[in-house]
Amino acid sequence: MADVILKADDLVKHYPIKGGVLRTTVGHVKAVDGVSFELHRGETLGIVGESGCGKSTLGRVLMRLEEPTAGTVNFDGIDMFSQSGSAMRKLRRDIQIVFQDPYTSLNPRKTVGDIVAEPFEIHPDVVPKGGRKKAVQELLALVGLNPEHINRYPHQFSGGQRQRIGIARGIALRPKVLICDEPVSALDVSVQAQVINLMEKLQDELGLSYIFIAHDLSVVRHISDRVGVMYLGRMVELGTEEEIYQRPTHPYTQALLSAVPVPDPTMRGKREQIVLTGDVPSPANPPKGCRFHTRCFKAQERCSVDDPELMDRPDGVAAHRSACHYAEPRVIVETVDVSALAPDPRFATTDVVDHDAFSDDGGLLPADAASMAERSHASGESEGPMDRPHDITRVVDNDPSEKRDPTN
Amino acid sequence: MTTTTKSVAPASAYKPDSEGRLLEVDDLYVEFHTAEGIAKAINGVSFDLRQGETLAILGESGSGKSVTAQAIMGILDMPPAVIPSGAIRYCGEDLLTMPEEQRRKARGPEISIIFQDALSSLNPTFPVGWQIGEMFRQHRGMNRSDAYAQAVRLMERVAIPAAKERVKSYPHQFSGGMRQRIMIAMAIALDPAVLIADEPTTALDVTVQAQIMALLAELQDERQMGLILITHDLGVVADVADRAAVMYAGRIVAKADIEDLYARPAHPYTRGLLESIPRLDQKGQTLAAIGGLPPNLTRIPPGCTFNPRCRMSQDICREQEPDLLPIAGQMSRCHFAEEVLNG
Amino acid sequence: MSEPIAAGFSPGATDDVDEARSLSQDAWRSLRKSTMFWVSVGLIGVFVLMAIWPSLFTQTDPTFGDINNVRAKPNADAWFGTDTQGYDIFARTIYGARASIIVGLAASLTTLLLGGVIGVLAGFYGGWLDALFSRVTDIFYAIPLILGGILFMASFPNGANSNYFVVVGKVVLVLTVFGWTTIARLMRSSVLQVKPNEYVLAARALGASPWRIIKSHILPNALAPAIVVATINLGVFIVVEATLSFLGIGLTPPAISWGVAISDALVAVRTYPHILLFPSLFLSLAVLAFILLGDAVRDAFDPKSR
Repeated sequence: MADVILKADDLVKHYPIKGGVLRTTVGHVKAVDGVSFELHRGETLGIVGESGCGKSTLGRVLMRLEEPTAGTVNFDGIDMFSQSGSAMRKLRRDIQIVFQDPYTSLNPRKTVGDIVAEPFEIHPDVVPKGGRKKAVQELLALVGLNPEHINRYPHQFSGGQRQRIGIARGIALRPKVLICDEPVSALDVSVQAQVINLMEKLQDELGLSYIFIAHDLSVVRHISDRVGVMYLGRMVELGTEEEIYQRPTHPYTQALLSAVPVPDPTMRGKREQIVLTGDVPSPANPPKGCRFHTRCFKAQERCSVDDPELMDRPDGVAAHRSACHYAEPRVIVETVDVSALAPDPRFATTDVVDHDAFSDDGGLLPADAASMAERSHASGESEGPMDRPHDITRVVDNDPSEKRDPTN
Repeated sequence: MTTTTKSVAPASAYKPDSEGRLLEVDDLYVEFHTAEGIAKAINGVSFDLRQGETLAILGESGSGKSVTAQAIMGILDMPPAVIPSGAIRYCGEDLLTMPEEQRRKARGPEISIIFQDALSSLNPTFPVGWQIGEMFRQHRGMNRSDAYAQAVRLMERVAIPAAKERVKSYPHQFSGGMRQRIMIAMAIALDPAVLIADEPTTALDVTVQAQIMALLAELQDERQMGLILITHDLGVVADVADRAAVMYAGRIVAKADIEDLYARPAHPYTRGLLESIPRLDQKGQTLAAIGGLPPNLTRIPPGCTFNPRCRMSQDICREQEPDLLPIAGQMSRCHFAEEVLNG
Repeated sequence: MSEPIAAGFSPGATDDVDEARSLSQDAWRSLRKSTMFWVSVGLIGVFVLMAIWPSLFTQTDPTFGDINNVRAKPNADAWFGTDTQGYDIFARTIYGARASIIVGLAASLTTLLLGGVIGVLAGFYGGWLDALFSRVTDIFYAIPLILGGILFMASFPNGANSNYFVVVGKVVLVLTVFGWTTIARLMRSSVLQVKPNEYVLAARALGASPWRIIKSHILPNALAPAIVVATINLGVFIVVEATLSFLGIGLTPPAISWGVAISDALVAVRTYPHILLFPSLFLSLAVLAFILLGDAVRDAFDPKSR
């Protein structure tokens, strides 16, 4: 786990506020204001926070969709922000993004085949032209969709199916890191679980590292290995899932956790609830000192002058990073370990294939994603970035018994 | 949290019936006549609501839960919506057969609603105080300054800081949570007996959601309102509701007291939903999904509407639609309710 | 506020098990099935034929004025009657198609190109480029089309024996110079609407070049309103050509156009309305045909309307 694939150092993104007659800069929205963290290979780092905390901006800066105001990102030994032109394009193969809104993240005027093939057209050397259709169908199968639907348009799919298409596009180039910006928050609960399971499965099979940005603390707990909590452009607490959820030391994390309703009516009134007063201050004018002190139930005089650093602070068991002068662990949620329990297969399934996509026109079932992954390992897939993408086709072409031609 | 006045309400002509029932929805059907065909949004929905009670209507998008709310409020666009049959009785009087004028007068003092999106529900061109005061001018014939005074009182009641100074501010000058408080202030302005909250906290952050739910619970307690909470969030329901009705494809598939619903679900859909939500208080949880999609409302499958997604589905499920029948103190619309309950 | 009922509609099964298709192929498939498309194409075909080869439709010389037979009602000899100069209205209407169609089509195309390019660049790149283009657009927008036309045509008058295509070209030029602003503004605002969509971000995240993003994501989604306005403009341009001709600074006799014919007819509109009726009817039909075509094309390129 010590193998760091991405390291962000003191990232800052300020947006100028223009005002007055001459449209001069009158201030800055400090969307991300000094965020540092590292992402290990194969892990999921959850980033949680409320709206306006800068988590989505962080994702976009990491993707270099926005140029940072300051700070560096070291991606697998490369300084990301100093790359330009073809070097940056090449780097983009290794870090991809899945967006929140399944309705605006797919071009309505392109067929699913075109959408998923776009990565190959932008990086034409990844898959030769003749093999692209096959590669696209492989990808659709991999995300549990019917590979025959390449000629359909996005509006012909449900929200969950669209999100799968977005994921297929995101993993097409076999990136090392996938940034997921609220990938399930627009989906209904019954669909959400399947997409989460799919993402976990893909992670295992493709060795992906996820940065999972979300506001839903329950989802983040479920999927993440480590979690960062953001408030007003800062990371206020960073630790393993266990550290954050079982012994949070930052008062904001504690308040956040206590506010999440638990779907269990017997817990009603028994859970400790920390009700925060007031609203989140404007990121254009964040409070001096600790940014949380205006709403904090533990705030002292020192907090309004002295900005606490995000550093290891004792949490009762060991220590993890927290940005509070008065950090002390507090149990907010009594955690039950249910890893021994399996869901009842009569009511729900852990299967990630979207069977609905196959039902109405009796299409072929896709290859099981697990068996595909096995084959890709068997075919000698290495971690080297150069040969990975070719495996997508190699896997298929080398094995004629698995060759599925949807046209017959 | 100072003034807990129930003050200016004139005595209502409506009284709950002998069993304390305020609202009774009886075998309601709603259809939408669209270019794609007739979408059967609601198919025989029945429930009742008592004074001081919180009834949750749980469902995913397209389940008909919001349409139900709009039908009760009488704010469905007709056409395309058509109500072919059913009754919505408020204190024994059928709102659907009531003259429009009388029904309009009931909207506000008797039944009111808050929506998910407070920003688009408030008129951006008027100060919030003016909009809250409108209720008093319209229904009580108050003058402008009295209406403003009432607005300030209500804004204080929903805990908007510096209400006096902010009464003349415009909606965009408030945060999302504050706007939702303003919506609540408008909804409770005329002391309604029934409050419908349609996804009141879906657009809000969790810490704000907690504040708003606490406020709603407090107001309900103080005024003994009947509250219909429409939501998709099983967590919120568990926190506040007394009873819940689960909707699927325009039908109520399960109805139960809140503890039963979570501890002893008697319908495979409810059971599946509970399996599919990640829980904050659990680690190492294996998530499972129901899989598939809700049916197209223009082409509802024969038999049980849930059968295409149901893993227990048998021949009978594809042929015969089950009724909503009582089982162990709850109601379930499933041929195999007993197996689900005991399994 | 209202629950999306549409969420309950799941996609219907479509025939899509064959070869991969592009949007234009799909658009063509749906266009082929559209009656509106074929009606408009048929009408436009007739008008274009008229413009290229008027003698196919009439043997009468449109420049022969029978001074003894002016203002005749429609009859067997002159199907549409004759005008105030004794010219055969049918022949002149047929021959007039050329100028109107050329002016309308050419001016629509050039405005769409010029306005489209400027609008897309301004909307896509923003910043100082947008500021510059927007100000230029505002300046041109402030000059009314007719006034600009009058100023231009009066400054560069046609000689007595100017080449026909030079005269027509000049009218097209003036319409382009003063007519591109609506398209540019429209394109800019629809590009601004499309640009923040996540599929554009996704393409950028993949490392797509700006040209690729414009070509495959921005244009297809931003073009629809511009196509509609361009087809409407087509009618406007034919009318403005007529107006300029009416003022004697557009096409001038002996050139023949619907505009010239309409302006001639206005003299006797109360007593002999048929002189006005026929050229106006053809003008309206031509404009209608292009608007129908524009609508059909726009619908075909929107997968959701299928």
